[in-house]
Amino acid sequence: MTESQAPAPGGELDSSPCFRASFLGGMRVGAGLGVAVFVLGLTFGTLARADGWGLVASLAGSMAIFSSSAQFTLATVLSRGGAIPAAVAAAALINARFLSMGLAVAPSLKGGRWRRSLEGQAVVDGSWIAAHLGGGRFDRARLMGATAVQYPAWVGGTALGTLLALTQRQIEAFGLDLMFPAYFLVMLIDELRVSAQARYAALTGAALASGLVFITSSSLAVIGATGAALLGLTDFPRRSKLCKQAYGQQSPPSLLRALP
Amino acid sequence: MQASLWTAIAAVAAASFALKAAGPVLLGRRSLPARANRAISLLAPVLLTALVLTDVAGARWNGLTWPILLGLAATTFSRLLKAPSLAAVIVGMLVTAGIRFIA
Repeated sequence: MTESQAPAPGGELDSSPCFRASFLGGMRVGAGLGVAVFVLGLTFGTLARADGWGLVASLAGSMAIFSSSAQFTLATVLSRGGAIPAAVAAAALINARFLSMGLAVAPSLKGGRWRRSLEGQAVVDGSWIAAHLGGGRFDRARLMGATAVQYPAWVGGTALGTLLALTQRQIEAFGLDLMFPAYFLVMLIDELRVSAQARYAALTGAALASGLVFITSSSLAVIGATGAALLGLTDFPRRSKLCKQAYGQQSPPSLLRALP
Repeated sequence: MQASLWTAIAAVAAASFALKAAGPVLLGRRSLPARANRAISLLAPVLLTALVLTDVAGARWNGLTWPILLGLAATTFSRLLKAPSLAAVIVGMLVTAGIRFIA
């Protein structure tokens, strides 16, 4: 379905062929994402079991939270002896992005408050991106289809990882302990491509976290580093007035390129 | 441990549900001021940076190891060469596991 052919957000019936086609299209996208999610779930189950979560707690966590970043954060902070409030705060802060993602997708959902709150649960990173039609419009059927595949993949991966119960030595031998920082690093690289402000904020956050790990726990260092996000309330970085007056709309680098 | 673990799981699950539901329920078609949205959007890169750094550095920077650092370097290199997310992560895991096997 092209963007121009897409139905008005939330305007189609759930039983319509259009909804089914979009839902199936979402499932196809979700299948690719599901492989990565399954492997990630396998790692989470393994690490959670190693941290003493047990099968029921691991599964309940994956079924109720359904957020790899929040669950890895929770497990990591708790395994380091972090306090419950700090672990919960860090995991919730990690999921704070769902607030803006929910705001973005809100006009595309339908129904009353309760139904909209349930439909909003389909928002996860991969599905949100897959459902974006451009121009701030979202295909809710595609969103749900992509999530419908990733949810069982995440829970199933967690179950298998917990049942396999690999030891810490086996985890390190296969390099599985790298998966958490590597997965977040990949997400970070993609985030840094968004804007110069994101790069400055990340740099400020890194400086804060680097210093804080010397004087406090890792979980508090993570929370303290989030202060760098306040950079979003400013216009930094921007060209100074003097620079604008001197070069007008043309940036200094392009002026330099124009020189003989 | 188990009681506090269940408390933590329930609290994070409730927070995740509320965060996802807040936009569709409370604000509907309205949106936050642009500056507030920018600050929220910056939370992702800041938190990801802090999580990677604290996980790799460990307490008081005592957790740094060469296999992990080189594995992350391989992941970064792969991603910058447009490798898919999972492939970049697997390359890093293979490098880390390979170095540990040789060492």
